[in-house]
Amino acid sequence: MGTMPDGTQGGSTHRSLRGTAQLDDGFDPDPSLPPTSVDDSVRDSADRTWTPAKIALWAAIALLGGVAWFMLAIIRGETVNAIWFVFASVCTYLIGYRFYSKVIERYLLKPNDRRATPAEYKADGKDYVRTDRNVLFGHHFAAIAGAGPLVGPVIAAQMGYLPGTIWIIIGVVLAGAVQDYLVLFFSMRRGGRSLGQMAREELGVIGGTAALIATLLIMVIIVAILALVVVNALGESPWGVFSVGMTIPIALFMGVYLRYLRPGKVMEVSLIGFVLLMAAIIGGGAVAGTEWGAAFFHLDKVTIAWGLIIYGFIAAILPVWLLLAPRDYLSTFMKIGVIVMLALAIIVVRPEITVPAFSEFAGRDNGPVFSGALFPFLFVTIACGALSGFHALIASGTTPKLIEKERQTRLIGYGGMLMESFVAIMALVAAISIDRGIYFAMNAPVALTGGTVETAAAWVNSLGLAGVNITAGDLAQTAKDVGEQSIVSRSGGAPTLAVGLAHIMQQFIGGTAMMAFWYHFAIMFEALFILTAVDAGTRVARFMLQDSIGNFVPRFKEHSWRPGAWLCTAIMVAAWGAVLLMGVTDPLGGINTLFPLFGIANQLLAAIALSVCLAIAAKRTALKYLWIAAVPLAFAAVVTITASFYKIFSPVPAVGYFANNAAFAKALADGKKSFGTAKTQAAMEAVVRNTMIQGWLSIIFVVLSIIVIVTAVLATIKALRNTAAGLPNAEHEDPAQASRVFAPAGFIPTAAERDLGAEWNKLPAGQGLEKSGHH
Amino acid sequence: MKAVLAGFRMFAGYIGGVLGADAYKKYLAHHEASGHTVPPLTEREFWRDRTDRQDASPQGRCC
Repeated sequence: MGTMPDGTQGGSTHRSLRGTAQLDDGFDPDPSLPPTSVDDSVRDSADRTWTPAKIALWAAIALLGGVAWFMLAIIRGETVNAIWFVFASVCTYLIGYRFYSKVIERYLLKPNDRRATPAEYKADGKDYVRTDRNVLFGHHFAAIAGAGPLVGPVIAAQMGYLPGTIWIIIGVVLAGAVQDYLVLFFSMRRGGRSLGQMAREELGVIGGTAALIATLLIMVIIVAILALVVVNALGESPWGVFSVGMTIPIALFMGVYLRYLRPGKVMEVSLIGFVLLMAAIIGGGAVAGTEWGAAFFHLDKVTIAWGLIIYGFIAAILPVWLLLAPRDYLSTFMKIGVIVMLALAIIVVRPEITVPAFSEFAGRDNGPVFSGALFPFLFVTIACGALSGFHALIASGTTPKLIEKERQTRLIGYGGMLMESFVAIMALVAAISIDRGIYFAMNAPVALTGGTVETAAAWVNSLGLAGVNITAGDLAQTAKDVGEQSIVSRSGGAPTLAVGLAHIMQQFIGGTAMMAFWYHFAIMFEALFILTAVDAGTRVARFMLQDSIGNFVPRFKEHSWRPGAWLCTAIMVAAWGAVLLMGVTDPLGGINTLFPLFGIANQLLAAIALSVCLAIAAKRTALKYLWIAAVPLAFAAVVTITASFYKIFSPVPAVGYFANNAAFAKALADGKKSFGTAKTQAAMEAVVRNTMIQGWLSIIFVVLSIIVIVTAVLATIKALRNTAAGLPNAEHEDPAQASRVFAPAGFIPTAAERDLGAEWNKLPAGQGLEKSGHH
Repeated sequence: MKAVLAGFRMFAGYIGGVLGADAYKKYLAHHEASGHTVPPLTEREFWRDRTDRQDASPQGRCC
């Protein structure tokens, strides 16, 4: 949400066009400095020279990847080793990164390192700061990865491992990483403008407004469902409630420490916070073991939901330094640690997977974990990790203001998303490494499992799943191992992932005695990510709402005006709070009916982002390369619009919101006292209300998205016609300015980059830094 | 031992960079390079200003 000094339009456009051409031709403005970019012909010839060693390396990667895919998809013995998931994904990512992202770079984006990035020409030492590419990679990754890639693949595991694996790996290479890369690059060329601003510029008032409203609504849904995941993980779990609750005083302490005691000592306070966090997890076990602790922290889901709503409001109006910033440090710290540790554990432990490639539910539309057929619902259930629209908001936020050189966008945008996809694969592996019977007992709604170990075991065994035979004792023992009172119907993905992670980690460090610790460690970090997302999401949504209302009541645009800020915060919290409560009290099992809405919302946002990218791309490339943006857009549009139509029009009550609504309304009209899984009339009325709201939300989302896509296609056609007729297209890029710095593009510098870097290092100290005087 | 220590330093420096712990150092470098005549913010002022500006322009965190 950067504010743009937009005074440089009009007269300067002409000059900038000439400047761009000169920079594109390899013009270097300052002969006293070494070149700011590796010569294009040198880079091209290095790229196109295939030495025997290079050929052998890529042949080996391709071969290993091929063997791994073969093991996963074709062989399918009794079991499959988890290491094949690692090889299949990493080899595919490497090939996608080396070959496909270079196609995008070469033919569509055409970055030019002679141009200064916003971090250089707008450098202010605060928001616009040139950042080392590898550090920025970590920073960007920490901003895009959250609970999403950890939850979606777990829920999708209902259909077996193969559909989810294929979608996560192929989807990220052709869609998710492409979206992140394009948005990051286009935003960088526009001084770090937000997706909303770009939509407004490229798609006009109608498309821009629809994109803005859709984004706002989608954020509400996403925050609500993330909150629902936390509520489900903490409900009736004294240990979880205590340790997650303790993150609040820990963050407050860290905030005060950083503000008053030792300002700027971020690493120090993060370490202190981390130690306190571990103490809170261990202490949680002790507290939950006492009688008073078990009684005091044993909260039902509705209470926790209300607690979260009140917390969300207070957290969003408190100053950032007190709660949000310190918890952000903590969450980033945990994120990197956990992901590295999980990767290590999977590689070391290499669990055997007994889940079939395609489960009995892959060909049906009435699975207990989420309903609907594989197409399109698998593709919306796994959003983050394959294609996540939310990333477009991050890739057009902080990151473009920190990039040092244009060519680094490939590493950070495309590469960063590959990394998130790998997290999703690891989450999938963790979820399928546990027994299938336990998986279904944990993820089906109470209405099916009955809520007790005996009824759950009987229900799971009645499903007739191959190789599944669990006893009530198995379920009770698992609950005991992870330090919970029950694991039956702990839906939402987080508890299942936590059990899977505990299962793998205890083989790595600590043995069964440590399982409870690992379980609550996993719950803790997921809750930490989600609380940060809830808090930040509420703030961003509040600003968007204030700006929108500000168009009618100007006072609302003043962000420091307390009544306006508080009112808008309250509206946003009420919006997601209502959806959250609806999910918590839903007789049909909230997460099971709402999660598809989360995925649809996230991918509609992706469709919006890709639409904007398509409209921009049409101005800079011929029709020939537009498919790079058009293919993922078409896929996302088809998947989400089809899924929305099923949700709106399907006559199957388990799938269609309105069909369900009609069924329950009819039952009420017939005077029935209970219907399906709703055991009381009040529950039946709740279903009628919920399905109506969910149905209308689906309608609003899909209509807004179709408006955005149509306006984008129109803008694309117009741009192509202009190009064909030789007319100029309106250009919204910032004017090109010459760069005065150099840095390598990729993780490892190439030979040419090393030579050039050495030339720059020979400069006397102080030269070669930007000498901008704008303050 | 020395190599292990150096490796650990590098790792800590990297994590610090990702967290943004070096923001003040970078601000000072920028301040000096751009040849301002006014004195730079003190460390305390800088961090205050940083979080207070986040209040005015929040950044989303991903799901």
